[in-house]
Amino acid sequence: MKFAVLVFPGSNCDIDCYKAVEEIGESVDYVWHTATDLSAYDCILVPGGFSYGDYLRCGAISRFAPVMAEVAKAAEQGKFILGICNGFQILTEAGLLPGALRRNESMKFRCHDTVLKVVNNETPFTREYAKNEEVIIPIAHGEGNYYCDEETLEALRLNNQIVFTYGDNPNGSIADIAGICNERGNVIGMMPHPERAVNTLFGSEDGKRMFTSILKSWRDSHDTASIS
Amino acid sequence: MTQQVSAKEPTAEQIAEQHIYQQMGVSESEYELICEFMGRKPNYTEIGVFSVMWSEHCAYKNSKPLLRRFPTTGPRVLMGPGEGAGIVDIGDNQAVVFKIESHNHPSAVEPFQGAATGVGGIIRDIFSMGARPIATLNSLRFGKLESDRVKYLFEHVVSGIAGYGNCIGIPTVGGEVVFDESYEGNPLVNAMCVGLIDHDKIQRGVAKGVGNPVFYVGPPTGRDGIHGATFASIELSEESEANRTAVQVGDPFMEKLVMESCLELIDSGIVLGIQDMGAAGLTCSSAEMASKAGNGLELYLDQVPQREEGMTPYEMMLSESQERMLFVVEPKDEAQAQEIFDRWGVICAKVGKVTDDGRLKLLHRGEVVGDMPVTALVDECPVYDKPSSVPAYYVNNERIDTLRYDEVTDLGGALKQILGSPTVASKAWVYDQYDYMVRTSTAVRPGSDAAVVTVNGTRKGLAMTTDCNGRYVYLDPEVGGKIAVSEAARNIVCTGAEPLAITDNLNFGNPEKPEIFWQMEQAVDGMAEACRELNTPVIGGNVSLYNENAGGSIYPTPVVGMVGLVHDIDHITTQAFKNEGDTILLLGDTKAELGGSEFQTILHGVAEGRPPALDLQVEKKLLASVLGAIQSGLVQSAHDLSEGGLSVAVAESCISGGVGAQVHIETDLRSDFALFSESQSRILLSATPEKAEQLKNYIEGHGVPVVNIGTVGGSNLVLDINGKNALNESVEALKQVWKDAIPCLMK
Repeated sequence: MKFAVLVFPGSNCDIDCYKAVEEIGESVDYVWHTATDLSAYDCILVPGGFSYGDYLRCGAISRFAPVMAEVAKAAEQGKFILGICNGFQILTEAGLLPGALRRNESMKFRCHDTVLKVVNNETPFTREYAKNEEVIIPIAHGEGNYYCDEETLEALRLNNQIVFTYGDNPNGSIADIAGICNERGNVIGMMPHPERAVNTLFGSEDGKRMFTSILKSWRDSHDTASIS
Repeated sequence: MTQQVSAKEPTAEQIAEQHIYQQMGVSESEYELICEFMGRKPNYTEIGVFSVMWSEHCAYKNSKPLLRRFPTTGPRVLMGPGEGAGIVDIGDNQAVVFKIESHNHPSAVEPFQGAATGVGGIIRDIFSMGARPIATLNSLRFGKLESDRVKYLFEHVVSGIAGYGNCIGIPTVGGEVVFDESYEGNPLVNAMCVGLIDHDKIQRGVAKGVGNPVFYVGPPTGRDGIHGATFASIELSEESEANRTAVQVGDPFMEKLVMESCLELIDSGIVLGIQDMGAAGLTCSSAEMASKAGNGLELYLDQVPQREEGMTPYEMMLSESQERMLFVVEPKDEAQAQEIFDRWGVICAKVGKVTDDGRLKLLHRGEVVGDMPVTALVDECPVYDKPSSVPAYYVNNERIDTLRYDEVTDLGGALKQILGSPTVASKAWVYDQYDYMVRTSTAVRPGSDAAVVTVNGTRKGLAMTTDCNGRYVYLDPEVGGKIAVSEAARNIVCTGAEPLAITDNLNFGNPEKPEIFWQMEQAVDGMAEACRELNTPVIGGNVSLYNENAGGSIYPTPVVGMVGLVHDIDHITTQAFKNEGDTILLLGDTKAELGGSEFQTILHGVAEGRPPALDLQVEKKLLASVLGAIQSGLVQSAHDLSEGGLSVAVAESCISGGVGAQVHIETDLRSDFALFSESQSRILLSATPEKAEQLKNYIEGHGVPVVNIGTVGGSNLVLDINGKNALNESVEALKQVWKDAIPCLMK
């Protein structure tokens, strides 16, 4: 299986995503924001950071980067796409996920561990967790306050698209939402950083199972494909 | 246009007649000297260039004789003071690069940008050496956290640091924040950056090779930060607010791109010399690079990227616009360099040429607008041996009996009062705004004795801390200076690291006052002696003088930034108590030493007498024993005793471990002295019951006093003195007081 870590000008969690994939022993490349071909990759990680400085709305400029058309294409093809923090913001700006991320209610950047509840463990990204399991994964953001209208929220609930919720809501997100997926379940966006939680030396290793979940999901679909 | 602009500028004659140089901080005698070096009267651009090069900030003219007293060499030191940052070997062909720098005056008038650009500047110092920045720290001082003004400064300094560090993606892993009225109106904002480098990648800021092109990298030059270095070298006053234009504006996104592109450029191996444009911008970087190579430099100012129209040579040379670098390559490598910056979308322009005439020559619109000898700019600034005299307060303080205060009997209440004082209280309100985890190498987060960042791909780690107790330094600068270095070393050792070296930030008042200069001399002597004894040479630093407000000078605050080497990540230790049943050991002697203590200030409202004494030989033994014990795997937790003494240290280990402790102390001292004395060279250790005896023997074997004072466990901190209960508080209640103090004040 091959992972891509996108690099926009101002991405700064790209190395952490890269290291997390290395940690599970899989192959990974950095892919520049100008790339126009993602066909070699099975999973695309859109990392955190401050793409283009985030001086405008977060992710509002990145959505126009050439690589984003390829990300949309990959989503269409059913490939796995994981947007973390700024990556989540970019995916909402690009219309690949519903809703938007606003300034934290406290109007301050917040960095600390959070307790997340795995609401949906049936996505390709969360199958190694138990349903309603509580995991420790850190946040580090100033604009992680997830918002969507009532209708969208209802749809998210109905389709089981709410993947993670916060135990103690740190940013004012509607319905305590920390991470969501698209209807098909192959595109996920989350504010907490699973790539920072893959080694107990640095706090928690609860995020590692997201990466092993992806691997397992890919292997399953790969095996099925080769059998049929 | 040229005519109009230069018409506004005074002529060389007018500068002389109207003593205009004085407004730039150049004295009469300095002006005469400049005329002598020039062989004529300098024009407006030239006197501007001289004034910043000869400012305290760039020339250290008041502090140089003192800085020479520091030990700056050692077997591990690869580069001492003089370049962008010092470098220390950490084995395996790797080295650590670090430096601290102040941005005090800018932060006093424009806290957000002042602090942000302080961070940006120190990061550039690190990557201009060729190093990858891996962490930043800071050391902050504010007035009492009561007035709206102090709260405003505190809030915006913290968000300025966060805004810059978070965006550029370098974790802010540690530091200190102290509140004291002495810093009212003149906050201290010192930022430190730590980087990693391979030995063969080390760069220097030299303009090598006559005829080679000089390149400018980074955003266009604007009119911001003009005379920033001069501004930093005078006292703040009512008019300082009007000097907000002397404060630069930061763009961390741009710095991220400049950093990545410059590191790639350096990695390509074609760079002959590179330096950042920090204080005094283009002036300082070009003059210093030429000076270090023994060459001259021609600058074509029309080629300098400009943000605004009609900028004069004076403005371009003195601008401190941020995120800019200067580098030299051979002509054959120009295209390769250009390609790198094009790819990163960073402006790179050829703005000059290395010459052999030893002159800094400025060309603008076909005319030579400045022509100055490089050595005069860089090396010939007069150095002043300022008069010094012992201040009256110091003499008077000797007679003060710091044990005369009425006994405080509500010891639990006193502990809560100290834990709830903003200086001692939890700084989570501050560091939760910093991304301290990005780069996923932060093994010990903010809030313990020192932070630890691991070295990717190895078993090594780097411990780092900033420390200074300005109150001690005020009461006795020499002892206070020794304590600053020793406390930093203690913090480093408590995390399981071997202290390597320090960078220092000497924050003092106006050196023209003999009492202030005396403080500087004494503090430097104390620090220098401690550095020699503890084998932690000074590899670089910064001097910030003229830190004064309406009430006089700030407390002398020579901040120590220390880095240590964790030889194996298994040695990493924190202050938190680990397991119920673990044995608690107290190392070192507790004496009745209340001078300058938190207890004295908070409970009795004064800062007087002499600070605690410090014996460097005792300190050395303590450090060696604790480091050895940790490396031998005998220690569960380690915490240095500092502000608030034994009771605060035990409380902090309980709070961070989320567990109580039963402590029994046998002492001849009055109870409140025993609990709150700030005697130096003391460390609190815990060990599993199986290893406790072995640990105690190990420590004793090093000739360090050690007593078993109790056990970890329960949910309360229970403290008995001579068999009688002195204090019994739930850890949860202590935690609330400690945790809520700053958020409550900031609401």
